Amino acid sequence: MTVHSIKSTRRSFLAGAGLVIGFTLAPRMFSARAMQGVQAGGDTALSPMNAFVKIGADDTVTVLSKHIEFGQGPFTGLATIVAEELDADWSQMRAVHSPADDKVYANLAFGLQGTGGSTSIANSYEQLRKAGATARAMLVAAAAEEWKVPASEITVEKGRIKHAATSKESGFGAFASKAATKTPPAEPRLKDPKDFILIGQELPKLDTVSKTNGKAVFTLDVTADNMLYATVAHPDHFGATVKSFDDLQARKVQGVVDVRQIPQGVAVYAENTFAALKGRAALEIEWDLTKAETRSSDQLTADYEKLFAEKGLAATNNGDVEKAFSGNGVQSIEAVLAFPFLAHAPMEPLDAVFVKAVDGSVDIYTGAQFPGMDKSTAAKVLGLDPEKVRVNTQITGGSFGRKAQFGSPYMQEAAAVFAATDGNRPLKHMWTREDDIRGGYYRPMYVHKMRGAVDADGKIVGWDQSIVGQSIMAKADLDETSVEGASNLPYDIPNLRVISHNTTLVVPPLWWRSVGHTHTGFAVETFVDELLEKVGKDPVEGRLALLSKEPRHIATLKKVAEMANWGSPVPEGRQRGVAVVKSFGSYVAQIVEVSVSNEGSPRVHKVWCAVDCGIAINPNVIKAQMEGGIGYGLGAVLFDAVTLGPGGKIIQSNFHDYRSLRINEMPAVEVAVIPSGEPPTGVGEPGVPPIGPAVANAWRRLTNSPVRRLPIVNVLSA
Amino acid sequence: MITFKLNGQQRTFDGDPDTPLLWVLRDFEKLTGTKYGCGIAQCGACTVHLDGMTRRSCITPIATVDGSEVVTIEGIEGKEAEAVQKAWVAIDVPQCGYCQSGQIMSAVSLLQMTPKPSDDDIDGAMAGNICRCATYQRIRQAIHDAADTMEG
Repeated sequence: MTVHSIKSTRRSFLAGAGLVIGFTLAPRMFSARAMQGVQAGGDTALSPMNAFVKIGADDTVTVLSKHIEFGQGPFTGLATIVAEELDADWSQMRAVHSPADDKVYANLAFGLQGTGGSTSIANSYEQLRKAGATARAMLVAAAAEEWKVPASEITVEKGRIKHAATSKESGFGAFASKAATKTPPAEPRLKDPKDFILIGQELPKLDTVSKTNGKAVFTLDVTADNMLYATVAHPDHFGATVKSFDDLQARKVQGVVDVRQIPQGVAVYAENTFAALKGRAALEIEWDLTKAETRSSDQLTADYEKLFAEKGLAATNNGDVEKAFSGNGVQSIEAVLAFPFLAHAPMEPLDAVFVKAVDGSVDIYTGAQFPGMDKSTAAKVLGLDPEKVRVNTQITGGSFGRKAQFGSPYMQEAAAVFAATDGNRPLKHMWTREDDIRGGYYRPMYVHKMRGAVDADGKIVGWDQSIVGQSIMAKADLDETSVEGASNLPYDIPNLRVISHNTTLVVPPLWWRSVGHTHTGFAVETFVDELLEKVGKDPVEGRLALLSKEPRHIATLKKVAEMANWGSPVPEGRQRGVAVVKSFGSYVAQIVEVSVSNEGSPRVHKVWCAVDCGIAINPNVIKAQMEGGIGYGLGAVLFDAVTLGPGGKIIQSNFHDYRSLRINEMPAVEVAVIPSGEPPTGVGEPGVPPIGPAVANAWRRLTNSPVRRLPIVNVLSA
Repeated sequence: MITFKLNGQQRTFDGDPDTPLLWVLRDFEKLTGTKYGCGIAQCGACTVHLDGMTRRSCITPIATVDGSEVVTIEGIEGKEAEAVQKAWVAIDVPQCGYCQSGQIMSAVSLLQMTPKPSDDDIDGAMAGNICRCATYQRIRQAIHDAADTMEG
């Protein structure tokens, strides 16, 4: 039997379950009855005020989020901004993903639709204030017409439209359809921020309840009647391709429907997930390693270090570094730091569901971080006009950068799997954890060479840093993401040189929560700490003295020092470490308290964290992102590396050897959000960079051994 | 033919007896609150209650479930479940939310056994549940809060 000849044999699942959340529209092939999956754009019965705001007859206000909700909070944050200018009540607010559209829903920082770089709030702030204010004006215009009163006499408060003189009052719903026909004001009047009611409050998150009762529909939960399940066998070397395969045993597995080679590997189609996995395990595949990466991680590190001798690309060259190092009485210290490949390992691995409609168009349900790109990529692979493809972004189980890929390579694979069928059955394609850990698109390996010069007066006079690693943006010239945080060093050091060396590997690179700051933050903040120690300066006071031109760094660092009562006695057997990193426009300072665990590794007891991200839309979400960034970053610096063994074979495969921080390893975290009137900046990533260096700095004080190679635990056990 | 009770209802399964309970729940019963995260009992996203105890459904062949009683996130009830879910909502524990069904199943089971857990009890019961968003501090807080409300 092949996928082309399959007939439905299974009952419609609806007989047994009542979990239908979303609905597809006629004339799609599969009726609402048979579909579980949330359609982008929300309920079509709602009246659209503009591209971002829909209002229902039941008074609900639905915000169309152009940004994917994968835990960082845009549903809540964007709805807050709209609700503020709309004068809505928080209880009436809802949020859904917008449809994929690179124009209407462009990230104003990117020029196409996408979530990343902690930009969701920053780029949407003015846009959604206007969207909310516009909708408010349209509702008021509709009410004024209906009540035959001047619009200027109408007030809106907590979701109620009122005209005091005539004692008229209404919710939004009664005027929704009429308001939708009103011409939106060209320049709606925005509130003075001092009058904000909702922005700055710790409003409950909109997506919490459905995430505590199992009802939230993630891509992996999307189900269509008569659906096929597919997995793909991938090589265990980067760059390997299928030489030949034998699917005799795989096809014998109960529930396996078909096996097909696709460009990315060998796809197994089955009636359920387990059959697809069992079938995949039964495949015998011979891989062609001709074009594969066959060097081990150790060899790569050695090869990278050779590049320090070469000229490289100058990212920064201030003053005269060579002269600074050869000055009278100048002492220098040097360090070479090595950073491993890191997998993102979001809880929900990559997945997508394809459903073809009767008119030949296709709905794709997936965690789309670049929905427009996923759409055009899928259309190309499926041989369809992009207008015939609808990408329905689903609530997504994390990403940390993994689901934002230029050229949508994951979608290329998923669409190829679907394209290899006749498309008459819906199809779910999923990656397993092994596919995820071994699938590449890692935070690249980097090696840094650091040189610092201190003069006879104890002043840091020279900083010379070379960074070797892949260009995430695949550039031949300077890639800012390789040097960000170093090339724009906040510390006032007169002679500063930062050099970048791009390397080329078949191991595909990608941004990983906080991108270049994952390694530059570590290198800069551990090295400045060592230099300060060398000249006998306090880590906080010493940094403050070097940050005279950076008032927001100073305020953040002072705040965290105050929180931790820096300088007060530290409990026996513990040490403290500090780091401050500006990333994505936000300033985060952290102080950690660390001891040596029974296993001889760092035990982080406490983290104090101060963050300045401009206007705080929802301080509780900001605190949650700091807590999460700290836990995510800490797990990586303590435990994580994807390594290539002898011959280039990928070593790690799952959570047993690619560790995640667990609850017993999570420090107590205390976060302060610094009040600010500056435009809002992001919080998804900036919590990550300081934690690693803060822990390493405490560890150095505790053990006298600087951390030169990550993860920390690997070095200790080596 | 395998027979088991699922959220109080009698169910049967006549497919491959090696099929893990996880995929029976998700693909056959269409109860998708229970999640796949690793397939090797390392992450706890698939945690259910089997005859009253937490069980990683991803490594539990359906054949071993014959005659047992399974409760999933869709079916949990009782004062512990109510207290836990309320506490989770009150302090907005979830971020991406994908692991939270498993976290809640483990937390409910903990409170059923230990109504007033210490931090060490929480570490012991919850260390098998990974949260890549690292919502751990709030999970710990919510469990303490739930215990307090059950007491009060």
